[in-house]
Parts: sequence; C-alpha cells; structure tokens
Amino acid sequence: MAKLRINGRVVEVQIEDDTPLLWVLREQLGLTGTKYGCGVAQCSACTVHVDGAAARSCAMPVSSLTEEQNVVTIEGLSPDSSHPVQKAWTTLDVPQCGFCQPGMIMAAAALLAQTPKPTVTEIRQEITNICRCGTYNRVLAGIQLAAEGNGTRG
Amino acid sequence: MSATAELSRRSLLAASGALGTFSLGFHVPALAQNVPAAMSPEINAWVVVKPDDSVVIRIARSEMGQGSLTGLAQLVAEELECDWAKVTTEYPTPGQNLARNRVWGNFSTGGSRGIRESQDYVRKGGAAARQMLIQAAANGWRVPASACRAEASVITHGPTGRTTTYGAVAEAASRLPAPADVALKDPKDWKIAGKPLPRLDTAEKLNGKQIYGTDLSLPGMLNAAIRDCPVFGGKVRSFDAAAVENMPGVRRVVQVGETAVAVVADTWWRAKTALDALPVTWDEGPNAHLSSASIAEMLRAGLDAPEAVVGNSAGDARAAIAGAAKRVEAVYAYPFQNHATMETMNATARWTPERCEVWTPTQNGEAALAATSEAAGLPASRCEVYKLHLGGGFGRRGAVHDWVRQAVAIARQIPGTPVKLIWSREEDMLHGRYHPVTQCKLVGGLDEQGKLIGLHMRISGQSIVAGIFPENIRDGRDPAVFQGLNPGGAEAAFGYTIPNLLIDHAMRNPPVPPGFWRGVNLNQNAIYVECFMDELAQAAGKDPLEFRRALMADHPRHLAVLNAVAERVGWSTPPREGVHRGLCQTMGFGSYVAACAEVSVSDDGTLTIHRIVAATDPGHAVNPQQIEAQVEGSFVYGLSAALHGECTIANGRVEQENFDSYPVLRMDEMPAVETIILPSGGFWGGVGEPTIAVAAPAVLNAIYAATGKRVRSLPLRHHDLRRT
Repeated sequence: MAKLRINGRVVEVQIEDDTPLLWVLREQLGLTGTKYGCGVAQCSACTVHVDGAAARSCAMPVSSLTEEQNVVTIEGLSPDSSHPVQKAWTTLDVPQCGFCQPGMIMAAAALLAQTPKPTVTEIRQEITNICRCGTYNRVLAGIQLAAEGNGTRG
Repeated sequence: MSATAELSRRSLLAASGALGTFSLGFHVPALAQNVPAAMSPEINAWVVVKPDDSVVIRIARSEMGQGSLTGLAQLVAEELECDWAKVTTEYPTPGQNLARNRVWGNFSTGGSRGIRESQDYVRKGGAAARQMLIQAAANGWRVPASACRAEASVITHGPTGRTTTYGAVAEAASRLPAPADVALKDPKDWKIAGKPLPRLDTAEKLNGKQIYGTDLSLPGMLNAAIRDCPVFGGKVRSFDAAAVENMPGVRRVVQVGETAVAVVADTWWRAKTALDALPVTWDEGPNAHLSSASIAEMLRAGLDAPEAVVGNSAGDARAAIAGAAKRVEAVYAYPFQNHATMETMNATARWTPERCEVWTPTQNGEAALAATSEAAGLPASRCEVYKLHLGGGFGRRGAVHDWVRQAVAIARQIPGTPVKLIWSREEDMLHGRYHPVTQCKLVGGLDEQGKLIGLHMRISGQSIVAGIFPENIRDGRDPAVFQGLNPGGAEAAFGYTIPNLLIDHAMRNPPVPPGFWRGVNLNQNAIYVECFMDELAQAAGKDPLEFRRALMADHPRHLAVLNAVAERVGWSTPPREGVHRGLCQTMGFGSYVAACAEVSVSDDGTLTIHRIVAATDPGHAVNPQQIEAQVEGSFVYGLSAALHGECTIANGRVEQENFDSYPVLRMDEMPAVETIILPSGGFWGGVGEPTIAVAAPAVLNAIYAATGKRVRSLPLRHHDLRRT
C-alpha cells in the first residue's frame, strides 16, 4: 500500500511497492495525462513535479515517496490551462501529435520555477525531453515567451 | 476534436471509476461509438450543422501531429462559408464508410497525401453544403437562391436584406437533393484556407485531457503485454505459464499466433511485470545467424550485379563515363531505422462470436478494419474500428496493422472482455517496420570543362513494396525505390538534366521487415544524389551552387527553391569565421524543397549545426504556420536520422531496445530553422515529408566544407570529424 499526495490530495492505493509512480497515476488514479514513452528514464514523457522539481515518474517506485512529498501532474498544473507555459503553448501552437507535451510542459514549468529567466543555452541543456514530431524550436520559443510574462504576446 | 456521441460519454464515465479509487479530475475520453453527431442534421457526408449554428466537419484522414485535421477543416469551411469560430471536427468510422459505399473516400494517411489527395472532394463537399443551405433559406423566403449569399454562417437575401443562419435552415437543407455540380473558389480568394490559423486540436494537448490509445479505459477492460519472438522469422517453442499465473493481477497467459506470448492482467504494469518473469523458449528459425555484416555483404554484391531494373535513363551513361576526361566514383550507404513514435503500438479489442470492435491509433482506419476482420474471423460488416489521435505515426501505423491483429487474437481468447494491448518500448524497437537499407554506387564523368556528361547511379537494397505489398512487384520492379529520381511527373521528379544518365536498382531483400518511414525512399536518394553532386562539383573545380544550376535549366521549380535558399542564406558572401555551408535540393511527395545548413566543427570533431534555411514549394499553402511546423519537424526527424539513427542486427534480431541505445535528436542539437514558403500555385504538394530528405545532405555537404571529409554512411556519430 502506498500513501501519496497527488495534486494536493492525499490518496491511498493498494499496489506492489515497486510499482512505478507513472503506472499508479495512470492505472490506479486514472491520471492518464502523464505518458509512458520508454520506462527507463530516457524520454521524459512521464515528467511530473515532486516538491516542485521535475521528476521522471516511470523510474520512481511509489515506495520511494511519502505523503509529505507533493506530486503534481499535468492535470494539476493549473485548473484551467492558465499556467504561463500552457498559455505560451497556446499562443505559439506548440504541440503536434502532443503525446510528449505533458512531459514537456511539466519540464518547462519546473525549469521556470527554478530559473525564471533562463538563457537559450540553459533551456537547450535543461529540456532533455524527446519529441519525435519535432516541436523543439517552438518549445524553446514557448519557454522564452512564458519567461517574459504570462505567456501571451503584447 | 470531439469524436464523441453522448451515449459513449456516459458509458465511459462509468468506466472511469472502474480502476480508480477516486477521480482526480479524470477526463472522460472522447470516443466515437455511435454515428457521430447523429442528432443534428447532416447536410452531406462532410458537414453537420447544429441548431446553434455550430458546424461539425468530418475528417476522414487521421491526425498524428501533421495538422491536416485543421487544414482539411479549413478547406471545407472555406467553401462552406461558415463561421470558423464555430467549427469542430469528428472522425467518421471505417465501418460507417463501408456501410455508406465509401462516401468519405480513402482513409489512408501517409505519403503526405492527406490534404493533396482529398482537397478536391472535401472542398466540393463544403461548397455543396453551402448551396443546399442557401437553397433552403431561399425556399423559405420564396425567393431565388441566386438572390441570396452566405458569409460566416449567415445567409442574406440581397434585395430585402433579410437574414437567417445556417442553424435555422439546416434541417430543411438536409432534406434537399445534393447539387449536381459545384464551382470551387479560386485560391486567391481564400479567407480561411491559406491563412496561418491555430490548430483545432491544441487545447486538450496542454492539460492532459487528450485521450490517446494507451489512455483508453472501457468498462471491465483488462490489459495485455506481449513478447513476440525477437528473432525475425522465429516462433514460440514453449512457455511456462504456471510460473507467473499467481503473480498479482494476472488473469491469463496466452499464446498469440505462432510467434508471440502475452500476459493479460488487471493493469498493464502487472501484465508487463509477469511477462518479464515468464520463461519462454524460442525456435529461432532460419535467420538466427543474420547480422548487419551479412546484410551489408548481400547489398554490396548488388552494386555491380549485371541484373538491375532501370528507373531513369538517357543517352549512354557507361560509354560517356568511359570516355570522360575525369571519372569520379563513390559508394554510399543508409541504415535500418525504427520510427520510434513516442506512443508505442497499442490497440484495445473486444471480441464476441457476433462482433469485434477495435480502438486504436491508426494512419489508415480502413486497413485497420480489414486487419480486424481477418483476425476476428468475422466479416468487416460485423467489425468496427474507432480511431484515436496518434502519438506519432511516421508511417509505422499505416500499411501494416500487426498490433491490431495481436490485440484481436488475444481478445478472441477472452470473449466479451475488452483487452488493451500496449507494446513496451522494447517490443516496439524489436518489432518495427524498419527504414529500408540500401547502398548506392555513383560514377560520374566530367569533360575537359568540368561539365557533367555522364552519371550512373546504382542502388542496391531493400524494397518496401516487396516487403509489404509483394503482389505489386512486377519483374523485380519497385517504382517507389526511384523516389526523387524519376524522369518526370508530378510526384517525385529528378531535378537535373544529364545527357547520359543511368539510374538502376538491384533489389536485395534481407529478412528484416521494411516499412514506409517518414520520407520513405527520398531520404536516402537525396543523400546519394546531393552529396555526390558536391563531390562532382569539387572534382570539376566549381562552386556547388553554380555546378547544380548548370544542370537545372529545364527544372525551374527545383531551381526556384534552391535559388531562394541561396539568396536567403547569402551564398554569394562567405559565412562568418569558422562557419561552413552545404546545400541541396530535391522533389518528392509532389513538392519542391531545398535547404542550406550552416555548421561548424571544433578541433575535437564536435559538430554544431547553427542554422538551416529551407524552402518549400507545395503549390498551394493551406496553413502556412503549420507548413512551418512541418518543415521544422522534418529537420528534427531528418537530423535525428543523420546524427544518430541506426538499428543494427545481430543473431537475427535488432540490437537497440530503447532510447538509451537508440539515441534520437534532442533540443540541445536542434538548429534554428528559417522556412521559406514559395507556393507557386497550380498544383497540390505534400509538406509532412519532403523536407526530411534535405536535412542530411545539407549537413553532410557543410561538414565537407568544414573538414574536407566526405561522410558516405550514417549515422554521423560513428564518424571522426576532426580535420585530417
């Protein structure tokens, strides 16, 4: 059994201790916005926030978490897609297939929380998520736009 | 995208509570289980208008990120003269298409054909619906339709100024006969099409609500993980189900066909955990000793084989080269690659003796329905496929529906229970439909003035068509291998005039299944031609741009995109210190493309790609900002292949099992991309794929300029780029 704090609520799940957080989110809690891409902490489609920092949930056993640690998923990032990253993504029409985008958005939000005005070099080094459709340049522009203010132009 | 009927919403609401102890804002999946928008008047197959004036446009092609869902809706809305702000879209199902005599035409979404192949009939669908709505209003007013006009979903009677809306007359319009003929707008009059409008499918991709195949949940659903024999052509010999049957959540351990074993459990993670623990022995079959080296040897033999199929020829290339003042020769090679869609292959199937339903991300719903019918042992009329947005396609989810067959084969063993099959990344890597392998020997002859008088290009290697549609191979000929090399035509024509030319193909098919991989055969053909053009230019002592221009007088559209790139990048003036340029052009998927890369290579051999300038002439540009997105994305895919992409074979199986051994391009390697769109009009070309082909040759030619090294095989990570 695991006791977790997800998007501000404490939940109990009956599950094997070594189950990755990713699969508890997706299969026990129905939070399918967090995606499975590789299972080996390579692609970052599974990125969530643990106490505000980006974490790869596919390689994180639920037993490694306590209910004091605050896990935030894409569903809990904002109530109405109003986070500056989400607004910038809307302004620039960033997603293509969109499958990697929850992880990309969570990674971008964590970066801005830590470094509010990242340089281009910092963004390119910190955002290591894989996107196969090819949104990298709009992701880069989106992070810059979100850093400038609230994610909208003008 | 709301491909939803209210009934299915309710059933899925019930489903969402099945596994979860509670719901944390869990979104209800949008699924088509019934006739879409059945309660609102269908004006025709493409257009539904609701009483509140909202418009549902039906989209037959699949959305996988390429944006054609929005582009096709723009084309329909343009002719419909509806209010764009009130447009939503939905997918008709393949079963409905079958039942209605294929009223929506082809569902296949590949070859960058989504818009260009259906633009005519979807625009006519929009125009016909507009005429019917106007006619209905005119009938109500008892005035001639010719005295009425429509704009933004409002119909106005000119002489009196009376108005009504589409929603108010939709019911009456739906009962009118379809007009026999409709006229389409001149694209220069477009107001919705041709504009850089935002995509219609973005909002739910930002908050986790977009439901992909892997996210699906149905009442009573079980989950399956599968392992197919990792050796191509191998089979299951035995497996010990008892060893895992008591593991948590496990319901069934089943064989799938002759080659695979699956574990079915309450959750996918438990299914995968048990599958990992399942003892399986394989009969590895005839390919157990296949290796990359043995395949390369097989292809090498084809480079000089006497038998080859000719794809393009002029004059007498061999004689011209034999008599040339200077002879240049090079051999190039291109490796296997996996599509590596971010979402792995998956399908949910529910089978009963009477009916089989499948929910899956597919590039071709009709092919998925055919695969379902075969695997289910039921006629297609008793089957249905519900398409979901794809987490990437790139050709993997179009021609072959192996994962659908597996899901149905599993579901057949548990009648009445929906089973969701998800491939692990490892399964996805080991059971791809790989980018074909080829080698190419090029021999060119230059005269005393450095003019190219003869070229022989011999391609040896795999045929995708032979691997997937062998019935389409006649006399050893696969026309698709000559993509970009054809003597003419609107699809993929060679852009140079060479007096003595021979382009031929010696088919060599190793037992590794090939597939249509975004960009298809244009990818390697553009490298072979465009890198060798640079080699020839160097041998002739000429500037690579001028050398090409001298051969392109008869190919004005090829030349126009090349010139546009050269002008934007400033080819006539040197780049800044330490930066080097390479350029190239090609034609494929009906469009003309060119690129110039600016790179630097450090003393330790580290490559930096600073900027790429790219030009595209797709004839008509339906949504310029989405064309830019496709061009940028094409460089991600093409550079990923050039820098990193390779699947190697050892002991009959692919050696790369995940992104740790199959690296792909990430943001730190991505250059700035400047896109020039040159829509010259008069034709319709695709944009999702052609630009991929110019990524590698532009960079390889720039690397030569920087280092003096010709890289003739990929990926680049195997090459030492330090200057010699």
